[in-house]
Amino acid sequence: MNFSDQGSRLDRRFAELRSKGRAGLVTFVTAGDPDPETAFDILCQLADAGADVIELGMPFSDPMADGPAIQAASQRALANGMTLVKTLDQVRRYRGRDEDTPIILMGYYNPIYHFGVEAFLDSAVEAGVDGLIIVDLPVEEDAELCHPAMARGIHWIRLATPTTDDERLPAVMSNTSGFVYYVSIMGITGTRSADKEVVRQAVVRLKSHTDLPIAVGFGIRTPQQAREIGSVADAVVVGSAIVNIIAKSVDDNGNINDNLAGKVAEFVKELASGVRES
Amino acid sequence: MQRPESYSSGPDETGHFGIFGGRFVAETLMPLILAVERAYKEARNDPEFQRQFDYYAKHYIGRPSPLYHAQSLSKEFGGARIYFKRDELNHTGAHKINNTLGQILLARRMGKKRIIAETGAGQHGVATATVCALFDLPCVVYMGATDIARQAPNVFRMKLLGAEVVPVHSGTATLKDAMNDALRDWVANVEDTFYIIGTVAGPHPYPAMVRDFQSIIGREVREQIMEAEGRLPDALVACIGGGSNAMGLFHPFLDDESVAMYGVEAAGEGIETGRHAASLTGGEPGVLHGNRTYLLQDDDGQITDAHSISAGLDYPGIGPEHSWLHESGRAKYVSITDKEALDAFQLCCRSEGIIPALEPAHALAFVEKLAPTMSTDDLLVMNLCGRGDKDVFAVADALGVKL
Repeated sequence: MNFSDQGSRLDRRFAELRSKGRAGLVTFVTAGDPDPETAFDILCQLADAGADVIELGMPFSDPMADGPAIQAASQRALANGMTLVKTLDQVRRYRGRDEDTPIILMGYYNPIYHFGVEAFLDSAVEAGVDGLIIVDLPVEEDAELCHPAMARGIHWIRLATPTTDDERLPAVMSNTSGFVYYVSIMGITGTRSADKEVVRQAVVRLKSHTDLPIAVGFGIRTPQQAREIGSVADAVVVGSAIVNIIAKSVDDNGNINDNLAGKVAEFVKELASGVRES
Repeated sequence: MQRPESYSSGPDETGHFGIFGGRFVAETLMPLILAVERAYKEARNDPEFQRQFDYYAKHYIGRPSPLYHAQSLSKEFGGARIYFKRDELNHTGAHKINNTLGQILLARRMGKKRIIAETGAGQHGVATATVCALFDLPCVVYMGATDIARQAPNVFRMKLLGAEVVPVHSGTATLKDAMNDALRDWVANVEDTFYIIGTVAGPHPYPAMVRDFQSIIGREVREQIMEAEGRLPDALVACIGGGSNAMGLFHPFLDDESVAMYGVEAAGEGIETGRHAASLTGGEPGVLHGNRTYLLQDDDGQITDAHSISAGLDYPGIGPEHSWLHESGRAKYVSITDKEALDAFQLCCRSEGIIPALEPAHALAFVEKLAPTMSTDDLLVMNLCGRGDKDVFAVADALGVKL
């Protein structure tokens, strides 16, 4: 189980960040991208490079809320045989080497629905998954997966967006735990850039509705942006920029650059030092 | 499944038809979806909105479309008296404009300044571009690169009408990917943009709203068949991609027990080959594009390619209300192969002097099987939902004719 006397792995991690007085770095990679083994090597280097929380994308054929970079990552992973079962296997394998870094699975509902909600949750708990972000399950569909997941002690992390108005915020902030993921731009992942002042105001607004930490993502690409947003939020999420490094390391014939995991780790280190300066 | 009291009263408050439907969208879109729902509820009860719709339906689209007794084919097939609902005679050549008219009137009412749409065969894109030209609103149509290649005439039509056609290369570069990209555009432009979805799918309220606008088809059929025959039809037949023309025909008859309904899916090269677009016959329930419905998917819940000679049927899902009608047994769903549809296409040209679109050619191929099993007193209405001008190149190609 991921709940202990000190709270969950995720709660402990955010408490630790608070006591250190710094923002956290959440890194997103797609499970199995570019292929299952290379992806596992990448996964294993993230925490050492400075990721405080790992967000692991569950590949899906039709990722409607994601931009071209993350859709391409899903397609590479799927083309190389990645499945939901293998994603859970990788989390289980990872837990054999790192008991402390929280892992949040992020993705779309259909593969989980197809797998079976109860069977998926059993498997996720047993593998050591800490939380879920399911993009196409808004508050209106909480009965599907949110309630069963929370009943098992898996964090249900919601997306709040610039369009989530004050009328809607209380509902969005209910039945949620771990942290709140603020989508800093109107749009899909990896397209527009987040504006620090706008984000600061949004975080203040969210904080008036919740005591949970606020992580900000969807428009943060550079260590400088990570530092800026980190100064006004509890954590920053970087996804497409990392995924782009993977994309550039695969040539047209599918050959993968030898030191891909090292290159990703190098970039995560830069992001981590950006966040630590914030 | 328990038999509901009424088949025509759905969806419920949360947009569900049984377990199907719902609102499976990202939080960014949710406030907007709720605003569309509120606006549509108000519009539906506003006589002025209805008056506007009726005005343009009559004077711009050319409604009501005729209900035509297809005597040659009735004789040729033997059995039921076959009527065609001639929605191919609408302005722009298909039923699609019934819906785009309704939605653009709603968009105007909501003060939206920009229209986006997805299209497969291009019929919905043309119908959207048309009403955008009529009401002077900028129009962006997302279309799979594969579809652009096989539907060149419609692409040019949309451009003539002033629309921007954006080729979609992601995924399989067909209708489902066009819908993904339209949703992405919408997420990025929620403030000023209205998304005119072309079929009875998507998040609530779209499946119900599109059905309501298309139901003008079934309401007219009801009146026209009463006038022609003095009674309701015994069977309704319509082709299904997403299922909007079928829903429009079926809905006003759902509570008339004596009326049998048949939705015809595209079996492509054959259900057994895996290369088809028959979501109900060959798919399983899942969640995509904002709703739970039957989908073509693999063991891992990944959406798989649909295949059909008809670009308009080439979608791996189906409207959620059809999934519900299927499971409740109210409507029957069958499938027709590319080859059967091609044969029916040619037969319709020769026998009735009507070049049908490849989509309703699927419906006709099933009528060929169904009509002979019925008595000569029985009445069968098939929705001839589109004309085939757009398909002549694809058909020539399939028949090995060089133009």
